[in-house]
Amino acid sequence: MGLETLFGNSFLTTRLDEAINWGRKYSFFQYPFVTACCGMEFMSAWASTYDIARFGAEYPRFSPRQADVLFVVGTVNEKLAPVLRRVYDQMCDPKWVVSFGVCATSGGFYDNYATVQGIDKIIPVDIYIPGCPPRPEAVLDALVKLQKKVSKESVLDREHDR
Amino acid sequence: MTAENALEALKARLGGKVVETSSFRGDDTAVVTPEAWLEAASALKNGLGFDFLMDLCGADYLPREPRFEVVCHFYSSKTGARLRLKTRLPGGKPAVDSLAGLWLSADWFEREAWDMYGIDFKGHPDLRRLLMYDSFEGHPLRKDYPLKGRQPRIDHAD
Ligand code: SF4
Repeated sequence: MGLETLFGNSFLTTRLDEAINWGRKYSFFQYPFVTACCGMEFMSAWASTYDIARFGAEYPRFSPRQADVLFVVGTVNEKLAPVLRRVYDQMCDPKWVVSFGVCATSGGFYDNYATVQGIDKIIPVDIYIPGCPPRPEAVLDALVKLQKKVSKESVLDREHDR
Repeated sequence: MTAENALEALKARLGGKVVETSSFRGDDTAVVTPEAWLEAASALKNGLGFDFLMDLCGADYLPREPRFEVVCHFYSSKTGARLRLKTRLPGGKPAVDSLAGLWLSADWFEREAWDMYGIDFKGHPDLRRLLMYDSFEGHPLRKDYPLKGRQPRIDHAD
């Protein structure tokens, strides 16, 4: 990590969890599963004005196997549900899920034959962002909340809890 | 040719097969019998200069009988005229000739109308569902489809 140069020959003690979680929470690689209008607001949260890079999460991976956080952005319909499940299953542990906007969270106002009434019917969700669409501030808030959540986890408990 | 002339010309060509015409502020509509559907569309395309099929859709007028309608919107890129062509179909087994042989764009429009309303387009090259998945049962935009009807979740198709 390059820390050696900073501390010279002295050494650093910490709990393993703290060190690992510190690394994890400031280097989220997200997989943007963008399906609808929320995508626009998602992009603005990522662009320079709001600049999500300040929180260490600027790097989208379009392969689920390289991603830590699945952002489900927009309406998920029944035809797409198995695809979302497959993408989630392809992600390596540790992984987190953010439900972005009311459509992903509850189906929103699409209470009809085609729309899944919330992605938590298909996959576990860590953070829900309300709004139609959510403002970028809400996205950053959710990211910080997710970081807090991650910092309370232990390397021991993530593997078998799903 | 203006659209009103087109309505007249259509009537002259098809005679009694044109059930009804109306014209309101440039909104010109002709209703034809289901048997004359293909003939009317072909007359509009080949004789009357409507070279663009803008839209084709279904509609459900439950409890009216004939219950279903198929509605087309035509446009002429030469004159800028627009014309709406409709036909009415019975509730039991709604079926009408496909326009896919005349306009390639009718292909997916008709698949959508089949998917949403269960209207059969005779002679369509590949009448499968367009929006819903194959194992979906029923036609969701029919007025008698349950409003909150849910169907079993599907698996990933590899
Ligand atoms: S929550 Fe609103 S903005 Fe977001 S996908 Fe749904 S309808 Fe679009």
